[in-house]
Amino acid sequence: MIKSIKKIVKDFTLSELRGGLKITAKELINKKITVQFPEERTPISPRFRGLHALRRYPNGEERCIACKLCEAVCPANAITIESEMRDDGTRRTTQYDIDLFKCIFCGFCEEACPVDAIVETQIFEYAFVGSRDGNDNIKGQFGSVITKDQLLEVGDKNKKMIDQTKLEDSKYK
Amino acid sequence: MTFDQILFYVFSFWFIASSLAMIFSRNAAKAVLFLILSFFSAASIWILLEAEFLAITLILVYVGAVMVLFLFVIKMLNIDKSTLRAKFAGYLPLGLIVAAIIIAEMTLVLGGNQFGLDVVAAPARHAADYSNITVLAMQLYTTYVYPFELAAVLLLIAIIAAITLVHRNELNRKKQSISEQVNVQAKDRVRLVSINSPNKENK
Amino acid sequence: MGLWQSFVEVVHELIPWFDGSIATILIILIKAMALVMPLMLVVAYFTYAERKVIGYMQLRIGPNRVGPKGWLQPIADALKLMTKEIIFPTKANIYLFLLAPILAIAPAIAVWAVIPFDEGIYVTNLDISLLYVLAIGSIGVYGIILAGWASNSKYPLLGALRSASLLVSYEIVIGFALVTVVMIAGSVNLNVIVEAQKGSILHWYWVPLFPMMIVFFISALVETNRAPFDVVEGESEIVGGTHVEYSGMTFAVFFLAEYANMILMAVLAVVMFFGGWHSPFEGIPYMESAFSWVPGIIWLLAKTSFFMFLYLWVRATFPRFRYDQIMRLSWKVFLPFTIVWIFVVALMTQLHIGPWF
Repeated sequence: MIKSIKKIVKDFTLSELRGGLKITAKELINKKITVQFPEERTPISPRFRGLHALRRYPNGEERCIACKLCEAVCPANAITIESEMRDDGTRRTTQYDIDLFKCIFCGFCEEACPVDAIVETQIFEYAFVGSRDGNDNIKGQFGSVITKDQLLEVGDKNKKMIDQTKLEDSKYK
Repeated sequence: MTFDQILFYVFSFWFIASSLAMIFSRNAAKAVLFLILSFFSAASIWILLEAEFLAITLILVYVGAVMVLFLFVIKMLNIDKSTLRAKFAGYLPLGLIVAAIIIAEMTLVLGGNQFGLDVVAAPARHAADYSNITVLAMQLYTTYVYPFELAAVLLLIAIIAAITLVHRNELNRKKQSISEQVNVQAKDRVRLVSINSPNKENK
Repeated sequence: MGLWQSFVEVVHELIPWFDGSIATILIILIKAMALVMPLMLVVAYFTYAERKVIGYMQLRIGPNRVGPKGWLQPIADALKLMTKEIIFPTKANIYLFLLAPILAIAPAIAVWAVIPFDEGIYVTNLDISLLYVLAIGSIGVYGIILAGWASNSKYPLLGALRSASLLVSYEIVIGFALVTVVMIAGSVNLNVIVEAQKGSILHWYWVPLFPMMIVFFISALVETNRAPFDVVEGESEIVGGTHVEYSGMTFAVFFLAEYANMILMAVLAVVMFFGGWHSPFEGIPYMESAFSWVPGIIWLLAKTSFFMFLYLWVRATFPRFRYDQIMRLSWKVFLPFTIVWIFVVALMTQLHIGPWF
């Protein structure tokens, strides 16, 4: 009996509703935690796995030796590699495509690579232009399948960043 | 022609036109809308007659509530027009006779010879601060208080009758009890049980 | 007001046709525009305020990209909606489909004709203005019902059915809640009701009618289809209710109507329970003279803003009610409660309790 009277009083004084309103009123004046993305950025780990890149040796020679370990390890079958012998007797890739729609950004290719050729950079803001093969009219952009030349270009452009992150991470390997 | 007269003819035209459109409209929803328009025209004419309380009540009760329920019902109905048309010819003579009688009666009772300006004087214009609603309330609660209360009781009886008709088979019908659902507490639904886990003793 | 009177006289002299009827119509039109234009602006920035306030309550910032601090966001929204295509469903009834938004917005604006903003500042002083507000306000539901019916689509129909039954139920509750005010003030003229609350902040009707004010506010939430009673839209259950098939400007018109109705309900709450244009410092010895320079319309707008904020606050706080629970709230809780309170108020009026009766 007393319990039900208590309940009625509680209902008609809207005590639960007032409790809820109090919480939202408190949050109204709290400090906001939104990061204003293009101007402000959250820190990115050196192990962040973003867009792929192919690296070169300091003398300009591409690192990839077409061993196809990355192709073999790729769980999503996103990598396609064709290779042939170059004039100087070394084996190099003629085709190195990564289907970015298939890729799950697991980083296995980077780990499998014996010469640290394929890496995943910290770049995460990129767009595909055109369809699968990209739009040739827009320079520096790629389609959903990124080719060897484009991968090398990404690597050349962001050499400093890649070297920096690899150095930071090398302590823990 | 004064401005009032122009308004009167405009509203009268809309009143008659929308009433006719309501009757001849094939689409039930459109018919209801035309009925609403005719209510509005009638209310406007009443406002011209300084009966603004009645006019607003007409809109509030009929347009605001009754017609909403009409539309509500029309949405639920699935009117089969072919069965309606099949019996149309059979009912036509009877319908025409009834309509003719009604029209004749209404012309006799409500025709111009009964309600012309020469028979009934034009209502006197009141001052701007004349309160229609006060006069109406005075009449209702003094002279006509018993008929007024009786009408209220009659409506109450009608409401109770309607609700009883709906709730005839209450006992053998499965339904949710919303009050019960709203008033439920966590302890009514969740039972916390302490169970001796075998791993606990090892630790 | 002197300027306005001379303007009225000049208009009457310039246009002498129809014993001044045309001039009267012109003056009414000017008055209406002076009301509708600011109203539409307030509606536009109310949407901005809503997004900002709800954002802040959810620890976000809200729109801040268009213009400084997002101040041009409503204008960008309006431009976007105006330039978008209006799509007609193939089997929709196009006349009713287009009539529905008009039927939604017209009453939402027409109701504003009788709202008193300050002593003597109104479009028209109707003797039965409260009844007018209720009557015209109840027409707004046709916009929603017709939108649901004319779209010829499942979800709009479900939304329209919900809205029709909800509005009819809560119209009664609102009527009863406002009857208590009418009983105390002894008039259905909004001007008289505000005038009767003169004195001090304790003379306002929220003191004796506090429960009725709560009931009125909650019913106003239902009437305007606002959270937590927005089952008519019910994004998570019926996609967007009656608005599903509407796009571009037709959708924007529904939006305008909804927000105009919200602001109207806030103004009505102020006029009925919070002393309209009266200053809250009335009757307090030194404060009254210190604030006497503030025009009444500022007080009215300030109080209205509080109620408008309350709408947003409630929306940011509570989850949506289930449809049948809203119905129960109306018929089994609010209706008996208001009827009981009408008797209490009648008793108080007869016993002349407090400064109100």
